Amino acid sequence: MGKTFAEKVLARAAGVSEAKAGQILTVYPHLYMSHNATWRCIRTLERLGTDQIYDPDRIAIVLDHISPSRTAQQAAHQQLARRFAMERKIRKFYDIDAGIAHVVLMEDGHVRPGQVIIGTDSHSTIYGALGAFGTGVGFSEITATWVTGSLWMKVPESIKVVIDGQLPEGVYAKDIMLKLIGDLTADGATYCSVEFHGSYVETLSVSERMTLCNLAMELGAKCAYVPPNEITRQYLAERGVSPDEYEEIYPSDDARYIKTIHMDAANMVPQVSCPHTVDNVRPITEVCGTKVDQVFIGSCANAKYEDLAVAAKYLKGNKVAPGVRLIITPASRHVLDRAVKDGIFTTLLEAGAMFTNPGCGACAGDGGAMADGEVTLSTANRNFRGRMGSYQSEIYLASPAVAAVTAIRGEIANPRDIVPAS
Amino acid sequence: MSIVKGACIAFGDNIDTDVIIPGRYLVSIDPLELAEHAFEPLGPEVQKRLRESKVVVAGKNFGCGSAREQAASCLIGAGIQAVLAKSFARTFYRNCINTGLRAVECPDAVDAIRDGDEVEIDFSKGTVRVEDKTFHFSPYPEDLQRIIEHGGLIPYLEKFVVKK
Repeated sequence: MGKTFAEKVLARAAGVSEAKAGQILTVYPHLYMSHNATWRCIRTLERLGTDQIYDPDRIAIVLDHISPSRTAQQAAHQQLARRFAMERKIRKFYDIDAGIAHVVLMEDGHVRPGQVIIGTDSHSTIYGALGAFGTGVGFSEITATWVTGSLWMKVPESIKVVIDGQLPEGVYAKDIMLKLIGDLTADGATYCSVEFHGSYVETLSVSERMTLCNLAMELGAKCAYVPPNEITRQYLAERGVSPDEYEEIYPSDDARYIKTIHMDAANMVPQVSCPHTVDNVRPITEVCGTKVDQVFIGSCANAKYEDLAVAAKYLKGNKVAPGVRLIITPASRHVLDRAVKDGIFTTLLEAGAMFTNPGCGACAGDGGAMADGEVTLSTANRNFRGRMGSYQSEIYLASPAVAAVTAIRGEIANPRDIVPAS
Repeated sequence: MSIVKGACIAFGDNIDTDVIIPGRYLVSIDPLELAEHAFEPLGPEVQKRLRESKVVVAGKNFGCGSAREQAASCLIGAGIQAVLAKSFARTFYRNCINTGLRAVECPDAVDAIRDGDEVEIDFSKGTVRVEDKTFHFSPYPEDLQRIIEHGGLIPYLEKFVVKK
């Protein structure tokens, strides 16, 4: 019997010849990411009372959830992380100006095919976009891995999602994922590895692969995976990473999946996730006309350069509706820099958008809070009650294209009803 | 603590981490401090009942969402000794083990329990009792059981792994 991606990648990181779903392994991850939770890891390390660090080069620290700090307490937490990174010679340390951990680490070439990566963030599934195994853990577990270099991991069962064909204009990877989450529900892939295959996936940009793998978390997935190909290699080469610095891992043709799902990209329409669960998904036609007070283009799901470019395509020559706030939080400093240099930044600004510092921004409650009764349409990946301010506010989730046209209309709108400026 | 016995507070499906402990309170890692804000989005009545309960009972996918460990530790701070659900989100389940909070999957028991019922969970036998009914669940693998018995991952490492 052949092996899935998860079985192969975890066996390799555990140093065993083979593994199968259900088995518990002691795995040695290649990278341990911690974000704003880093201070909690440091305090936990102090409690352990040890100086022992397995490998400082496997530690990555990115201060992304709050940038810059708003309170003295937050500043103290960031200071602790900064000092720790300096003292322990953590070379993969990124301060509050860098952006969202996931995007920063991928942009800087630290995420590679075949790696196992753990992070203090549930959306660590995103690393599958480059053919790596990424999964979220709590801060105690990151601390323990700093010390021992290892953690226990149960080899997950796998689900194969095959997406063939091409998406129509105005429809994106976000729509595919919302449709999938609506169909399978929020626990449709709990504990599972979700592999994306098919002709649509093969031609997809790394940016859109990131959106697929990021949103897999909202199915309850343990990890996600897109098979590496020339697009992956090109992305890595542009970041100075050569093929001899990684090992691509592919599932066997006869690997065992607990479920295989086929999707036809050509039949997709824009999707919207309604309050207050991500799996409360409707086709856009059913929610068009819902009034919004705020539109947020941000988060590790959809605030990459390509996402901002899509928004700019629709917003060019248009204006944000009166009374609506359009907040854009680029995923990283690199994204912002590129948007400034090629004019997208100005296009969005002229349309009436406001920009905040790169980072998690409103998705993590860092600004952009709503009052009672307000509604936000967001490109993020969570719409849980109270996540953006009042417990009596509402969050809808959609693609950057839907976000852009919703900002123009002041109500949820379909990108296919608005012809973008050429 | 091989038996947990006490009143329960019951919830439905897909209770997410932002409801269990809102992101704005993650500036703390003290279970007692966190407990003051556990389930805050559901209002003070639910919070009061939480503190009076020993067992949280829930439907499927309890703890979905964020990897925040405080979703488990805030329940410990509130005096909860076990969580019994139809199923758990994976990071929450892992965080329970790592913080020493017992998490049990037993869908049949959940179906039989009403909010406020007295529930008895025996971890060595792998049974849940409510009124005169008994339900069975599979115990943790031995290695994970040891972590829980020592109060979570960090106390466990302190005792067995770390060289001082």
